[in-house]
Amino acid sequence: NLQESESENRLDGETASDSESKSEFGGSPPVPTSDDTPEVLNRALSNLSSRWKNWWVRGILTLAMITFFFIIIYLGPMVLMTIVMCVQIKCFHEIITIGYNVYHSYDLPWFRTLSWYFLLCVNYFFYGETVTDYFFTLVQREEPLRILSKYHRFISFALYLTGFCMFVLSLVKKHYRLQFYMFGWTHVTLLIVVTQSHLIIHNLFEGMIWFIVPISCVICNDIMAYMFGFFFGRTPLIKLSPKKTWEGFIGGFFATVLFGLLLSYVMSGYRCFTCPVEFNNDTNSFTVDCEPSELFQLQEYNIPLVLQSVVGWKTVRMYPFQIHSIALSTFASLIGPFGGFFASGFKRAFKIKDFANTIPGHGGIMDRFDCQYLMATFVNVYIASFIRGPNPSKLIQQFLTLRPDQQLHIFNTLKAHLVDKGILGGLEDA
Amino acid sequence: EVDLEERLGELDLRSDSDVPDVPPATDSTPEILKRALSGLSARWKNWWIRGILTLAMISGFFLIIYLGSFMLMLLVLSIQVKCYHEIITIGYRVYHSYDLPWFRSLSWYFLLCVNYFFYGETVADYFATFVQRREQLQFLIRYHRFISFALYLTGFCMFVLSLVKKHYRLQFYMFAWTHVTLLITVTQSHLVIQNLFEGMIWFLVPISSVICNDITAYIFGFFFGRTPLIKLSPKKTWEGFIGGFFSTVVFGFIFSYFLAQHQYFVCPVEYNSETNRFVTECEPSELFQMKKYSVPPLLQAVLGWETVNMYPFQMHSIALSTFASLIGPFGGFFASGFKRAFKIKDFADTIPGHGGIMDRFDCQYLMATFVHVYITSFIRGPNPSKLLKQLLILQPEQQLSVYKTLKSHLIEKGILQPSLKG
Repeated sequence: NLQESESENRLDGETASDSESKSEFGGSPPVPTSDDTPEVLNRALSNLSSRWKNWWVRGILTLAMITFFFIIIYLGPMVLMTIVMCVQIKCFHEIITIGYNVYHSYDLPWFRTLSWYFLLCVNYFFYGETVTDYFFTLVQREEPLRILSKYHRFISFALYLTGFCMFVLSLVKKHYRLQFYMFGWTHVTLLIVVTQSHLIIHNLFEGMIWFIVPISCVICNDIMAYMFGFFFGRTPLIKLSPKKTWEGFIGGFFATVLFGLLLSYVMSGYRCFTCPVEFNNDTNSFTVDCEPSELFQLQEYNIPLVLQSVVGWKTVRMYPFQIHSIALSTFASLIGPFGGFFASGFKRAFKIKDFANTIPGHGGIMDRFDCQYLMATFVNVYIASFIRGPNPSKLIQQFLTLRPDQQLHIFNTLKAHLVDKGILGGLEDA
Repeated sequence: EVDLEERLGELDLRSDSDVPDVPPATDSTPEILKRALSGLSARWKNWWIRGILTLAMISGFFLIIYLGSFMLMLLVLSIQVKCYHEIITIGYRVYHSYDLPWFRSLSWYFLLCVNYFFYGETVADYFATFVQRREQLQFLIRYHRFISFALYLTGFCMFVLSLVKKHYRLQFYMFAWTHVTLLITVTQSHLVIQNLFEGMIWFLVPISSVICNDITAYIFGFFFGRTPLIKLSPKKTWEGFIGGFFSTVVFGFIFSYFLAQHQYFVCPVEYNSETNRFVTECEPSELFQMKKYSVPPLLQAVLGWETVNMYPFQMHSIALSTFASLIGPFGGFFASGFKRAFKIKDFADTIPGHGGIMDRFDCQYLMATFVHVYITSFIRGPNPSKLLKQLLILQPEQQLSVYKTLKSHLIEKGILQPSLKG
């Protein structure tokens, strides 16, 4: 009886308009929050008031996460890639679980299997494209890998189609709408979670600095905006997130730009951060060793007259990358929060407090990464538009699949261009 | 009235039974047809209307083909916009969200953004010489991804700012609905256009195979249909399915034989910057040159020939027709399931007797992607001019190292002689 009335409440509470919700979280929340703060912390903080206790728990977990971040950076690109992959899977799992709870569709046959199958397919497609680019020589050596990479798109499409046909065959008479909702939900989640995580990995391969600086800027903006809001906060920023204030927003912006400048300055000095990640065929491991590009070589910049009086210097030595870091931090502070507002709106729409309970005091993994997604795409688009051109090894790979006459034509055009530009001497060099 | 609205406004229930029906479709058959057929019984009248409209659509199709690639591109674009409009309208009706502020503008804005992104990528590839001449276009092309992303972000931020307190869930649903629709309609229509540029035959044969499969499966089912195929579409039968499969393969085979002879259909579409027109003139690739094939001994006894002259493309057409007959219908089942889920009879009433544009094109979408993947996997490699363009924007040191790698590769393969001076 109790269950029936509870389900009645849930039914009424989920109408298209949210007007029925009296309390902040509406009827009975689909995901009950459990307190999974470790016992140790609970005991240590038992005598503090609940507000300070919450602050301490959040603070400790924040430090734990940042330490963890440093550790995996130290461990190298391969571990980072694995971590990104795990975060992606966890985020996908969290959002899909919310979908199940919203639509009460745990009992739907096949659907859990199908969601994970689609995740596998899309990941296979993206990793296949990445692997082919970066592990080109490795792939060419092994015959099965070569075939897999040559027909990669076809194989991925066939795998996806199998999932699609399984979905169509699994449609059950009374549950069509639910199944279509879950299908749509799965695809939108895939679009958000999987594509972004692959863009992060692309950024990572460009150079670890392109991975670390954006993520740190978003984290810094989160923390700084919170602190500025805590101490100076007065004017509310947006109705969606009542705790955010304009003072926090603007203070966070300036603090993040400054932080970005300093962090880039420190990191640009180290090759392990600035060099593109490459796979060394002989040692079968990742190497980050190269001649730093001009982005990471100190240059003299003239300070505009306005700032000269303030700062007292005529010129300053900076890395060009630091100028780019200003663009990255600006995006992280001004547009990144919209990702957070989107996630807040989503949580309010589906009446959940947090995406999950994975991290005590912070909520789920998605809660920590909601601002990062827009950032990852922005960095990738920024790199593609302003920093580097296409990947030379990928071009060579495409070249090798052309017909001989096409190859010759391109070779001759390239040669003429190089001669024209004076890069290549007019004579043929053996 | 408010109570009724709230009761009917329920959407995510466990079963579909509480969903209100969408209002019945209006009859948009033209008056003239109605008068001409007024004497017939309802069943035959419907059959005649469907038949006449089918012929009208096929004639329209031939006319557009005659008018050329540019008209075809415009046609594909119009169909895409109409399909998008139909699906979004269904979303509005399901969610009663006509009154939501901003949302209609935002949906169309996103459609514009995604189209801009895709057309920009296509235009940059195919109109390379045209673009090189004009300064403003150069700027747009070079920073194309950034501009598209900025446009999309603007829409995203507008969406976040437009979230209204009592309508969060509705707005998120419409946001997701818009994006899934964009994913389906816009990406597929651009794949269709990419296929078209590969050569009109890659556009015509797949589409005709799907249409042929539709028609022949219907005819076989009408005359021989007995065993139902799938619960989703009770009118489909196994006899229709298998009969349609064989007829479509034969049709595709014969149709490609005729099309492969004409340069107009076979050559990649290119843009001639001097005449400012699209041209389809080239040396037909080896796919479209007759070859002798030995008939396998099994068929030799049946047909009585030892060898046969065929175009290699006809082999590919078998793959295309097979896909159209076996997997294409799943697109139709998906659309049927969708219509049942949201309790609509047809996507819209645009075509009398047939329903909306989406109703006609539901099977085509999977086909378009398949053809594109097929072409990129088995037929052609990457586009040489695009590759050249990318090579030319590399850094000089990168160009030099690429040049050296290419040179050693070409010498190794014997394509380039080491002593030759380029």
